[in-house]
Amino acid sequence: MFAFVLRRLLVAIPTIIVITAVAFFMMKVAPGGPFDLERPMPEEIRERLLAEYGLDQPVWKQYIDYMAGLVQGDFGPSLKFLDKDVAELIGEGLPVSLMIGALAMLVAVVLGTFLGAIAALRQNTSGDFAVMSFAMIGVSIPPLVMGPILALVLGVYMGIFPTGGLNFSRYGLSVLVLPVITLALPQIAIIARLMRASMIEVIRSNYIRTARAKGLSASAVIVRHALRAAVLPLVSYLGPASAAVISGSLVIERVFQLPGMGAYFVDAALQRDYTLVMGVVVVYATLIIVLNLIADLIYSVLNPRVSYDS
Amino acid sequence: MTTIVNPKEKEEMLSKAAVQGRSLWDDARIRLFRNKAAVTSMIILGILVVLAILGQLGVWVHDYDTIYRDRVSQPPTWENLHLLGTDAQGRDLLARTLVGLGVSLMVGIVATVVSLLIGVTWGAIAGFVGGRTDQLMMRFVDILYSLPFIFFVIILMVVFGRNIILIFVAIGAVEWLTMARIVRGQTLALKGMEFVEAAEAAGVSQWMIIRRHIIPNVLGPVVVYVTLMIPVVILAESFLSFLGLGVQEPLTSLGRLISTGAQDMEVAPWTLIVPAVTMMVTLFCLNFIGDGLRDAIDPKDR
Repeated sequence: MFAFVLRRLLVAIPTIIVITAVAFFMMKVAPGGPFDLERPMPEEIRERLLAEYGLDQPVWKQYIDYMAGLVQGDFGPSLKFLDKDVAELIGEGLPVSLMIGALAMLVAVVLGTFLGAIAALRQNTSGDFAVMSFAMIGVSIPPLVMGPILALVLGVYMGIFPTGGLNFSRYGLSVLVLPVITLALPQIAIIARLMRASMIEVIRSNYIRTARAKGLSASAVIVRHALRAAVLPLVSYLGPASAAVISGSLVIERVFQLPGMGAYFVDAALQRDYTLVMGVVVVYATLIIVLNLIADLIYSVLNPRVSYDS
Repeated sequence: MTTIVNPKEKEEMLSKAAVQGRSLWDDARIRLFRNKAAVTSMIILGILVVLAILGQLGVWVHDYDTIYRDRVSQPPTWENLHLLGTDAQGRDLLARTLVGLGVSLMVGIVATVVSLLIGVTWGAIAGFVGGRTDQLMMRFVDILYSLPFIFFVIILMVVFGRNIILIFVAIGAVEWLTMARIVRGQTLALKGMEFVEAAEAAGVSQWMIIRRHIIPNVLGPVVVYVTLMIPVVILAESFLSFLGLGVQEPLTSLGRLISTGAQDMEVAPWTLIVPAVTMMVTLFCLNFIGDGLRDAIDPKDR
């Protein structure tokens, strides 16, 4: 197990280097720069600014400098938010994004597993049909449609939930409801579908029949024997799910005007704020790699047949 | 009682029976057309496609980019035939929605074809060659899988500007991974099957084996996956458009319409509702057709 973690971490390092390199050079290829304003500034000042941030160096040198800083935990200064470091900006945005994302994942896993299990145990009944219809809706309606519609109906028309911002002192926790629901909905749907399929397969298997035959109660069979085996495919979906939640959060943060990290990203890319773009990419890439690793570990713990020490 | 058949007749009957036999695809078609949700979806989608084509041709009385300065944010009305109202700039919403639908469907199809080409080639080579090449190629796919791809697409869009061809390529280049995995797994499994071995033993040429045994058997899962991928691609495009990186004004797509509609929803809710409902219906239809196809081609999952 330890060797496996170590090996995966060793693979993660070149992966991050490749990601940063691709992102870095792609940004540099883009026409325009951070100091191209609508009203052009005098050439002298522009050159001074470029030199100040090291942008007059050759691109490969800039990359090496950036990576050298990154290794020491220095994300560099933001080129657009003057007098702010990228680390500071990420420090402000990341907790918001993480909170929304983690809550959405939690809701999705709990509700999705539950709904999927119910549907499987009542296969081909109206309950099953209801869950599957709901899953179809969840899969077909993306956050960028669901978000504005929920905001319009529940927020504007019915006034139940606030529609934007993150004003805890004024609205309390209810500000989180709409963003979390919107972000979680497609994942609830996908997890419920996966869970239903795998649960149906499990409850038809021989060892479940054996457990029933030896007189275990229905609940013991399901909770102790069936569920454990049925959640395995879900665990391997957790990695892709977290990536989906992260890209979904780009939309959610815009729809509900949340001061998260995704909100910076697009604007930063459009304004050529190189360091901020790089910072967001690095943080999210690391996050996804770590979450994938955790998902793999949980999988191996739950499924003793899988051994990673080859 | 036995009927005596002379050999000639027997041969005839046999060949007749062979002709009447139903292939896998006939069975699949019959199962698909028995699925009411899938058939209804096909009809609705057909209507939407025709409408989208008509929208592109501009047969409607209003153009999608004509601005009526005196008719800003009108609710749906018979007056001047703005059946679905106008947007905040005074453009006919029906015409815009149809054009947007057309763009979204086109992106869905073209980007899916791009990813189909990359994915099938990659997966087939990996599966067929096997060994070290396979290991390397699939490891590469694994690594790409764990990347935050959407960020690269966003940077790509920023770098090269908002170009519709680039949207096709960028989304297609991102979505080919699963296809490669499916094709590779299927090819690998088929290669070890007895009937392939039997064909080899019988001296059937490599090309014939690929054509007669491998391709038809890989085709099923690929067709299913392609139908389910079109909605995913449409979503990806609308995601980019929503962030302001998709097609450029005055051209539009469903994602872009939803994004502007979301900004104006408090004054003009129809600018959000019309494109949102259009998109939902389209995605529903595509998903139902995909599910129907999956059940039809691979019925053991039911």
